[in-house]
Amino acid sequence: MADPMRIRAQAQGDKTTVRVLMSHEMETGQRKDAAGKVIPAWFIQEVSATHNGKPVMSAQWGPSVAKNPFLQFTIKGAKAGDKVAISWKDNRGETRSDEATVS
Amino acid sequence: MRRLLLTTALALACASAFAQKSTADGIAEYRAMLADGNPAELFEAKGEELWKKKRGPKNASLERCDLGKGPGVVKGAWVELPRWFADTNKVQDLESRLLTCMETLQGLSAAEIAKTPFGRGEQANMEALAAWISAESRGSRMNLPQGHAEERRMYELGKRAFFFRGGPMDFSCASCHGEDGKRIRLQDLPNLTKNPGDGIGFAAWPAYRVSSGELWSMQRRLNDCYRQQRFPYPGYASDVTIALGVYMGVNAKGAEAIAPAIKR
Repeated sequence: MADPMRIRAQAQGDKTTVRVLMSHEMETGQRKDAAGKVIPAWFIQEVSATHNGKPVMSAQWGPSVAKNPFLQFTIKGAKAGDKVAISWKDNRGETRSDEATVS
Repeated sequence: MRRLLLTTALALACASAFAQKSTADGIAEYRAMLADGNPAELFEAKGEELWKKKRGPKNASLERCDLGKGPGVVKGAWVELPRWFADTNKVQDLESRLLTCMETLQGLSAAEIAKTPFGRGEQANMEALAAWISAESRGSRMNLPQGHAEERRMYELGKRAFFFRGGPMDFSCASCHGEDGKRIRLQDLPNLTKNPGDGIGFAAWPAYRVSSGELWSMQRRLNDCYRQQRFPYPGYASDVTIALGVYMGVNAKGAEAIAPAIKR
């Protein structure tokens, strides 16, 4: 299982800024190892976010996103104590979901 | 539902900001943007878990490890390393001290770990541990002890190593890090013969390297400095690397620790 994400969600007025760090290799499939063999592509393809269970954001990612990616977005109308959940799925079908409380 | 590719937007924002400002401003801005989401945090989390986890042939955690402020005390330990340890009768930096703890407490082989390439196996764990332990001193000021004769000897040894010129390019550490206002390509080079300021030089490593997506400890940083000088690689946690740590750390006395920092 993949390492946990770090999620911070901070409300300020009507807007809540969500910052997410994901632990992932994000291998492009373009690189070769020391023996000259292509390292197979391995990257996050789908990212989705929910606010108290309701979808608020979804994204499709490709191999050009950096290793250990950082994602920041703003949601409207969230209050302190609300739950923000993020999940991703990579091209190997592996998934990871984590949740944070808005502060 | 909105679909967005955040990284693209970020890269574009960076490029347009670049055009109007000086290069150094642009780099500083880029770093500030990155610092908000420093992936070193991921390593810190892993390191904390490793510290508390029972591992090795002795199935023990590192929670009894003495980093200089008593067994198990992590807060504030990093800004006082390298220092002299009575049990080993040696001046040790964070990583050589962790080797001692991993061997005596957990039963892992220090020699085996020292031989492992950076970023693999136990060396990957070492990086995570270094990230977490240094983070526990974030905001404190560098304060290496110089009370013991061995610590002062190591400082002098480190100073000599720092100014020692050699290799096919007749380089020393001081060639790049001995004067103010130098840079290599776009990187500012700190003057390490004195206190280079808060969060610069010794007070910034371990650090996450964006270019390679790796967390580099001070040992790895030094190893790469030696590579760039075309010197033979120093042994992992060898005396010369620790001595250089003492030299840089003592010079940086009073500088605020920001490790694990983020680098290009």
